[in-house]
Amino acid sequence: MAARSPLGRTIAAHAVLIAYTLIALFPVFVIVVNSFKSRRAIFAEPLALPNAETFDLVGYTTVLAQGDFFQYFQNSLIVTVVSLAGVLLFGAMAAFALSEYRFRGNTLMGLYLALGIMIPIRLGTVAILQMMVAGGLVNTLTALILVYTAQGLPLAVFILSEFMRQVSDDLKNAGRIDGLSEYRIFFTLVLPLVRPAMATVAVFTMIPIWNDLWFPLILAPAEETKTITLGSQVFIGQFVTNWNAVLSALSLAIIPVMVLYLIFSRQLIRGITAGAVK
Amino acid sequence: MGALTLQGVTKTFGTTKVIQGVDLEVRDGEFCVFVGPSGCGKSTLLRMIAGLEDVSSGDVRIDGTRVNDVAPAKREIAMVFQSYALYPHLTVRDNMGLALKQAGKSKAEIRDATDRAAGMLALEPLMERRPAELSGGQRQRVAIGRAIVRVPKLFLFDEPLSNLDAALRVATRIEIARLHRDLGATMVYVTHDQVEAMTLADRIVVLRAGKVEQVGAPMELYNDPANTFVAGFIGSPQMNFLKAGALGLSSDTLGIRPEHLAISTEAGEIEASVTHLEKLGGETLVYARSEHGLQTVRLFGEHSYAVDAPVWLTPDRSRAFHFDAAGQRLR
Ligand SMILES: Nc1ncnc2c1ncn2[C@@H]1O[C@H](COP(=O)(O)OP(=O)(O)O)[C@@H](O)[C@H]1O
Ligand SMILES: [Mg+2]
Repeated sequence: MAARSPLGRTIAAHAVLIAYTLIALFPVFVIVVNSFKSRRAIFAEPLALPNAETFDLVGYTTVLAQGDFFQYFQNSLIVTVVSLAGVLLFGAMAAFALSEYRFRGNTLMGLYLALGIMIPIRLGTVAILQMMVAGGLVNTLTALILVYTAQGLPLAVFILSEFMRQVSDDLKNAGRIDGLSEYRIFFTLVLPLVRPAMATVAVFTMIPIWNDLWFPLILAPAEETKTITLGSQVFIGQFVTNWNAVLSALSLAIIPVMVLYLIFSRQLIRGITAGAVK
Repeated sequence: MGALTLQGVTKTFGTTKVIQGVDLEVRDGEFCVFVGPSGCGKSTLLRMIAGLEDVSSGDVRIDGTRVNDVAPAKREIAMVFQSYALYPHLTVRDNMGLALKQAGKSKAEIRDATDRAAGMLALEPLMERRPAELSGGQRQRVAIGRAIVRVPKLFLFDEPLSNLDAALRVATRIEIARLHRDLGATMVYVTHDQVEAMTLADRIVVLRAGKVEQVGAPMELYNDPANTFVAGFIGSPQMNFLKAGALGLSSDTLGIRPEHLAISTEAGEIEASVTHLEKLGGETLVYARSEHGLQTVRLFGEHSYAVDAPVWLTPDRSRAFHFDAAGQRLR
């Protein structure tokens, strides 16, 4: 094995990675390709590319004609972006407090915050619903934002506090001696240094929120607060499913996460490989 | 009145007492070096002076004012760190000017102050660069410049030379000594390197396990150590410790510096055999094992001894130090 040339290893590594990429992208590929085909063609030859004969935009016209679709899109974006901002801001602040300050119950607090990683928030659905009813927040985007922020915080605090422990004490102390406030130290010295970790957290937080069907269905099923995932369900009927529309809606739903991902991706890769490349 | 006074200062982390009651007066304009092995609490003591760490008990006074509850930025101190700790997002000029900016000084004042500091350290060509574009030595000079700009009452250095290579370390050491002369400022300097301590200090404070072992001018410590720890720590190569009983003396330990231990192939007091030879050109170090353990002999000029050759060692009794069983000096 040791005699294997670097070229051979490179080829092998790439073969594995390419195979994995193909497998991972295949469902997405099928969805996008079929969203551009007529209903008949989808069933006749699901794997075929659209050609002049089978090309059909009926899915997209249906989706776009369904007037609320843009509303759904907007709801999803608002919920995802605001929750993400909340998770990153509060998660980073809590992580900074846990990693930087010595206070009674520090370790206990860290454990308590990390517990949420292991206990799915859905177990608390009934209590959450009761709380939202009591607070008059049912069928508001605020309800979803609050739940998603809570859902994302444990992992964010856990990952970010690990990274913040690695930020040089000397740097923070230099800031203190120069008269920077703790907020300035946090925002201008510490946050930029944990940017890769922030991006990692952002991606891992954002995707489950964007894809969630459970909480929109329970907390905000009203027409004006529907998210895109919930909105796409109108095309899935008990007896007939409008596959053109479903596939088109899903294809469209990929775009915003993709854009957010591209924003974070360069940092993300640095975050994931931080331990390995240092 | 001292520029810095410590009175019964202690520090406890959880249940471990890291600093065990330090009393110290640093005079105005003095260069005071804290020296001791790694982990003895030098940095902790320095951070307490800076206000970065709370004092568990005791008082810290700067210029006579008790500063226990004063924020670091308000203590009129400046600190230079081992890891430089430059702000990565700011240029050299902004790094140096930040403290003044925070203190609300005008743009013109900041510019004057940073230019003056840059002039003292030959940093002018680097002023618009970022820390990532500087070498280690340049970064440390910028960090020192950042300290000068503030015109502090007290300079604090925490092992500022430890990350530099040997040649730069000597050059920067000389630069710090020159700054001390030019500025006449009070400086407290932490190091684990006794050479740095000896060459820079007006006064050395030797620390061990959170306690002050001895305070004095470098030559006082060298010529008049209070105990075996100070005797062994100050001076390089290390002092030899011989079992006084075996030499017919009433004390417990006899300390003798390597240059005061004579070596001969014919006759002497202690029988030993050569284990290793280091020829440094100007001097030769002979390591020899005897019933007292491994001893070092320092000879001037070039000498040759075969490894494993039998030799005789003779301490110069008039230059020897006597210690009791607890390691305290017998005078
Ligand atoms: N924040 C801390 N919590 C607990 N123990 C600490 C902390 N900082 C330092 N110590 C301990 O205090 C002792 C002295 O540390 P330090 O002052 O950094 O030593 P030095 O600078 O002399 O090498 C060490 O034993 C270290 O483990
Ligand atoms: Mg230290």
